[in-house]
Amino acid sequence: MAQFIMIVVSAVFINNFVVVQFLGICPFLGVSKDFKSALGMGLAVTFVMTLTCLITYPLYALLARFNIEFLEIIVFIFVIAAIVQMIEMALKKFSPSLYNAMGIYLPLITTNCAVLGVAELVIDHGQMASLIGLSSPEMMNMGFAVLYGLFAGLGFTLAIVIMSGMRERVARLPISKHLKGFPIAMILACFIAMAFFVFALI
Amino acid sequence: MKNSFKKVALGGVITSNPTLKLVLGTCPTLALTTAAMNGLGMGAAVTFVLICSNLLISLLRKVIPNQVRIPAFVLIIATFVTIVRLALDKFLPPIYESLGLYLPLIVVNCIILGRAESFASKNGVGWSILDGLFMGIGFTLALTLMGAVREFLGYGTLFNVQIMNFQIGFFSSSAGAFFTYAVFIAVFSLVSSLISNKRKRKAFAKTQTPVQDCAKEVE
Repeated sequence: MAQFIMIVVSAVFINNFVVVQFLGICPFLGVSKDFKSALGMGLAVTFVMTLTCLITYPLYALLARFNIEFLEIIVFIFVIAAIVQMIEMALKKFSPSLYNAMGIYLPLITTNCAVLGVAELVIDHGQMASLIGLSSPEMMNMGFAVLYGLFAGLGFTLAIVIMSGMRERVARLPISKHLKGFPIAMILACFIAMAFFVFALI
Repeated sequence: MKNSFKKVALGGVITSNPTLKLVLGTCPTLALTTAAMNGLGMGAAVTFVLICSNLLISLLRKVIPNQVRIPAFVLIIATFVTIVRLALDKFLPPIYESLGLYLPLIVVNCIILGRAESFASKNGVGWSILDGLFMGIGFTLALTLMGAVREFLGYGTLFNVQIMNFQIGFFSSSAGAFFTYAVFIAVFSLVSSLISNKRKRKAFAKTQTPVQDCAKEVE
């Protein structure tokens, strides 16, 4: 139980994927103009991240058994592309309304650093042990990997939703045209990062 | 010929600088600009992958069917990233360590896929290599410059050499990364609009003078 809480706090707050580890910045800046699409993107990414961890973690063990772990990047990106493609097809078939709502964001998830990032992160046992407070790297297992994927995705969702709320307000203010768009969004992200920095001090 | 070379070179480094103008590949930019040296390392790795992937994609642009071009591009890029990763691990372990997680993430760097899609898949091999080279240089320059500013303000050092004895923790933190990037984009946009305004005014003045002369003659 303590381990579970540790994973939640670490993945969502202390090592937040977006504002602390800088993973998934493109959708964070690109799809955060309004609340609804931000939430949709966040949940879609969370789902893909969890599923990716579930598949790539055992797959890496399989690659390591045959001593071809150097192929991990190629294998992982193909797994992610396949997952995204399958979700797209499943949504189209079973829930056309959700598909229409998320349609444009789905293909973007393949090239989201957060997804490949989490797949690469959970196989690095030493790094994970220090991130989620395990006493030894050997204790890392698939359950932790999937949980970390889920909560890192929720951390991404949290950050992008906060961002969308701030941007909706800022959009109404008169801002210099040189600051409009990306620069002002990054200054807002700077404030969010400062807020999240507090968790690292705990 | 010369004009086009100038266009590609200037485009990559200045007018459509991938980092400051197009705002692509933001993840490594924010994460690795804590030190100027990281910028050089990341820039070199990305430039290598860009040149190689542009070369191969341009060679294969008539062979790859349009429907599966994105997976094909990603496969090509992932192959070169694997090569870079293995080579760095073997020959330059310190750089391999400092780039860490962001090295495999070059695969999903939007700059590379973006250039493959918008340039290499439409242009010849020579131009594609040049485009890759100059886009890579533009990325490296922006990253190194931002890294230098953040390293100097955050630690008082430049390329790991102590220059001043002060530290502003803000600039080495993640909040400082966002802030520095925002300032860089804003200043870049300001300077480029000032320059283009000046050019426009000059061109305007040139077209205006004869008209004014005519007006005087009429008077």
